[in-house]
Amino acid sequence: MSVEVRYFASLADLAGTSREVVDTEPGDDVGRLWVRLTRCHPELAALSYRPAAACDLEYASWDRVLDGVREVAFLPPVSGG
Amino acid sequence: MARLQTEPLSIEDAAAAVRSDADGAVALFVGTVRDRNAGRRVRYLEYEAYDAMAMRQLARLERETVARFPGIRAVEIRHRTGRVDIGQPSVIVAVAAEHRAAALSACSHVIDELKRTVPIWKKEHFEGGACWIEGPPGAP
Repeated sequence: MSVEVRYFASLADLAGTSREVVDTEPGDDVGRLWVRLTRCHPELAALSYRPAAACDLEYASWDRVLDGVREVAFLPPVSGG
Repeated sequence: MARLQTEPLSIEDAAAAVRSDADGAVALFVGTVRDRNAGRRVRYLEYEAYDAMAMRQLARLERETVARFPGIRAVEIRHRTGRVDIGQPSVIVAVAAEHRAAALSACSHVIDELKRTVPIWKKEHFEGGACWIEGPPGAP
């Protein structure tokens, strides 16, 4: 299985990319995916906060299981307006 | 209907999009780019959105606001993406209602919720550099 991972704003700067496709294991949740991503992008591990996550365009908790999810986005604190 | 757009926003167009002859009030919030922030001289702002999710959230916010505030007939949210220069509107919220109290409350609610939940970010370009502006951490 795999998911498309999206990064935005400062997280895209830290990751050095705004999207990538990442392999996942059955039963993986958002938190486990994040841990895997921080190994590929050590700059993300240095974040002082835990970013919000979205699965298929809706906010999701970090224990959301990724089975059937196509896109996971990591979102720094929003600042629109 | 919510919009994210790279073109300049028109206050008159947004007001006209919500108003009808049944309304006694149109409340508008217009967010504009100011020339100073945190002691820095700002050159311009650059907005990035998670387009598909932001559109979904904005449309939901419009629907929920109409349902939540009695007497609200229409809500329109328009937000810029890309570069927005000093003095230009970055966001417009237009609310049409029978009476002013509900229109003003709903307008305030919409901009508060937008700033708290909608996945849009601003990058401030100031004299001498640029940085992302981020709200308070914590999942909405």
